[in-house]
Amino acid sequence: MADGSIGLWTVPLAVFGGAIRVSTPFLFVSLGECITERSGRINLGLEGTLVMGAMSAYGISYLSGSPWLGVLAAGVTGALLGALHAGICSLPRVNDIAVGIALMLFGTGLAFYLGKPLIEPTAPRLPAIDFGWWSDIPQVRAALRINVMFLIGVALAPILYWAFRTTRWGLLIRTVGESSDAARAMGHSVLLIRLRATMVGGFLAGIGGSFLSLFYPGSWNEGLSSGQGITAVALVIFARWDPMLCLWASLAFGGAAALGPALQSVGVTSGYHLFNAAPYILTLAIMIITCSPKRTLTGAPAELSITR
Amino acid sequence: MDFGRISRRHLLQGSAALSLGAAVGVRPAFAAETTIGFIYVGSRDDYGYNQAHAQGAAALKKIPGLKVVEEEKVPETDAVEKTIESMINLDGATLLFPTSFGYYNPHTTKMATKYPKLRFEHCGGLWTDKDPKNAGSYFGYIDEAQYISGIVAGHTSKSGKLGFVAAKPIPQVLRNINAFTLGARLANPKATTQVIFTGDWSMPVKEAEATNSLIDQGVDVLTCHVDGPKTMVENAARRGAMVCGYHCNQSALAPKAYLTGAEWNWEALYPKFVKMIAAGQEIPNFYRGGLKEEIVKVSSYGEAVSAEARKHADDIKAKLTAGNYVIFKGPITDNKGKTVIAAGTERGQQDPELEKMDYLVEGVIGATS
Repeated sequence: MADGSIGLWTVPLAVFGGAIRVSTPFLFVSLGECITERSGRINLGLEGTLVMGAMSAYGISYLSGSPWLGVLAAGVTGALLGALHAGICSLPRVNDIAVGIALMLFGTGLAFYLGKPLIEPTAPRLPAIDFGWWSDIPQVRAALRINVMFLIGVALAPILYWAFRTTRWGLLIRTVGESSDAARAMGHSVLLIRLRATMVGGFLAGIGGSFLSLFYPGSWNEGLSSGQGITAVALVIFARWDPMLCLWASLAFGGAAALGPALQSVGVTSGYHLFNAAPYILTLAIMIITCSPKRTLTGAPAELSITR
Repeated sequence: MDFGRISRRHLLQGSAALSLGAAVGVRPAFAAETTIGFIYVGSRDDYGYNQAHAQGAAALKKIPGLKVVEEEKVPETDAVEKTIESMINLDGATLLFPTSFGYYNPHTTKMATKYPKLRFEHCGGLWTDKDPKNAGSYFGYIDEAQYISGIVAGHTSKSGKLGFVAAKPIPQVLRNINAFTLGARLANPKATTQVIFTGDWSMPVKEAEATNSLIDQGVDVLTCHVDGPKTMVENAARRGAMVCGYHCNQSALAPKAYLTGAEWNWEALYPKFVKMIAAGQEIPNFYRGGLKEEIVKVSSYGEAVSAEARKHADDIKAKLTAGNYVIFKGPITDNKGKTVIAAGTERGQQDPELEKMDYLVEGVIGATS
């Protein structure tokens, strides 16, 4: 301990710190997608939204000097992309998955194009709250430097869980997702509700992107997302469309992403490719454990094009 | 264009010394400018590999009579052939720099066969005598600059623990890790380098996690071999660690934490190539070198570098530049205790054995697989 090293304790600490640092984008994207999918639509374009959000947040933060303005810009960009997805899907005989793939390519392409001049400058970053003041171990303090967006995300999960069960809006989204005919019979516009749900989903995914560029890893470059948006969309299925499970799944993915580097740092060097693949192995394992040939996926909204 | 046939007389006939296109007159259709095409695999302002090449291209733009066309984010597939064709047919490029390793075979060689009068200069050191004569390949021994970084890092580190964020365990990367470690142990014989492989060339989240894990282990000086060192540099500086850069100068990202770095020196090499062509000399098809040949360079030292470290580093740098210093000099054992270079054996800069490197030297904590 005298030389500032904490030996093998690095691994649990890194997994814990990683769960906090890496999970936030997963959390926001999966919660956003949860809302969208509960309304009966899949927006696969959230990978593009995430990258666009990261780029616009970085750009606005750099130009205005305020990272929070950047977060807002990322949310608005995400909502606009969500509106685009919902708008196209409102047309007759349009497949939401195909539109999502198109928007994923569109979003990343546009972000790379517009983000070209943003790779070099350094934008102001989001502040972190120091929850590690009680500890005199620098590693613990570093792991506990938590961004407020993570806390917002963590708070959002139970709020959404509650909202889906008890609020009028939550029930309406679920109605549209379970049976659009029933919603129509009740006099609600299915398309309008799905538009709003997709826009909120996009808003959250955009904010998730702003975390990537403004907090961790904390700069804009083209490899920034490397598929995290798509992983988060898959997380929703894995979490059975339940916001609380989305939270745990995001934390698990974040921690698993930190496992590979952490094990290498303490000298467990064999098979690091396997440890780097930990998040995916985890997904497969849980999918195998929870699936059953006797029933369809529990919790899947009936109107989703994959279940219909 | 057959540059080999430019005579001095032809050159004088041209209005400007460097207006090659008009001087040779192979392509009377285009103006008195020579067009040079640069193709990058990523973004040219990535603070890394591609930016280093773009700086070389920028050096050429300053030379009157030269026109530079560039294209970024060209994948290592058929796409590069299309880019080369359009640079030749639409922009009139007569000298092309496909800068990424995977562009060479079969793409650049195919284009070189198709356009035998144009010159292709590929970065990566892959040319063999079976390939077309108008395709050249050049590369730099950047491990020499990593060695200097290692010396500075070894002097600066208080814990004696250094960190290396690496992409993949291929010979070039291992050579950099080993040179960095050998340099550090010259300064501090007890120094160790902890290496973390992220698995790919551009993985920002993994690179940031690797940086944090290394610092949690007590590492206080870090360097890397990934495409864009920006993530490592910024995250290490935020945690209060020192960094050595790679590919190009990242001191602007972390002015206080930046010690020094191993940089490519394409802005010296590319004008040299153009001058060789203008003077009618042949560029060797297989062109390589290190500090001595000015293909790589060392970033100027940051303020945190002590006078002692500067002196030591400058001393070795002078010897490398003079060409009378060998980094991989036996006895060298790997980190499993096996002798990899026997006592009395010197593996100089150009030794082909070094290109097959598959071990990590003593002092490196990590494994190649």
